[in-house]
Amino acid sequence: MRLEILDNGHGFSTKVLFALIKMISRQPVLDVVKLVKYRPDFYGGPMSGLTQEAMREPSSWSVADRELMAALVAKTNQCEFCTKAHSAVAQRAYGNEKNVSTLLSEPETAAIEEPLRSTLLMLRKLTREHKLTTEDIRSVLAAGTSRQQIEDALSVCYSFNVIGRLADAFGFRIPGPETFESGAKYLLSRGYR
Amino acid sequence: MSDIKEAQKALVSRILAGDGNASPSMRRAAFNNSDLPEPLNLLVNKVAMHAHTVTDDDINAAKRSGLNEDQVFEIVVCAAIGQATRQYDAAIANLEIVTKKD
Repeated sequence: MRLEILDNGHGFSTKVLFALIKMISRQPVLDVVKLVKYRPDFYGGPMSGLTQEAMREPSSWSVADRELMAALVAKTNQCEFCTKAHSAVAQRAYGNEKNVSTLLSEPETAAIEEPLRSTLLMLRKLTREHKLTTEDIRSVLAAGTSRQQIEDALSVCYSFNVIGRLADAFGFRIPGPETFESGAKYLLSRGYR
Repeated sequence: MSDIKEAQKALVSRILAGDGNASPSMRRAAFNNSDLPEPLNLLVNKVAMHAHTVTDDDINAAKRSGLNEDQVFEIVVCAAIGQATRQYDAAIANLEIVTKKD
């Protein structure tokens, strides 16, 4: 990472926690974990609560759908770390039902139900262009998406438009697929807190 | 249904008005992506508009300008949250316009 404090500036108890994580998971501690555990009163604490709300609290979008949205926002921002991390979570959550790589590459034509497709395209436009028009919103509603579903999707988009920027600005190390798989298991069983 | 609005307000309030190493005015400027001198302006604008293009040099230049690592950490966090907040708030505002009319 580009800031030494994010790699090594944690307090003693957090360093013990990192040692435990490494021992139990047999994987390196992900840089996103190092970030949220650094001075958690400033960023990590409130952001983790917000992300848990967006990604795991009840919604008519499934956990898998929300992880797919997170991966799409990350891919649109060209954030390699978050794209790989949340593609792994979404694929694990969908199982054989959907192919996440295909959905991310071709959301316009992939075999998915319409509310999800129109919502993915809306999030991609917001992330890419930084704004949506009222016509954009109307077309998503016309595709059968509820107001609440749009709001829930915008919450996911918010979280990952923050996290992806930080991943790239701080230069998160990109680990191998086994480490992302381990992270995906953790995020599905324990969430973001 | 998820509702992040209260959590979002608390997060923004914390990073802008709570204790920090960077001054509140500098954190606010980073959040707004405005009124910062170079090289911070370049770094903050990259974080806000195309974070994947941030380089080691951008971070090192911020440090050479006199900021310590904790200040750079806070400035970058404020820039990221600022841009995401503008996107979210604008989208929610248009959602409210459309659903009120409907």
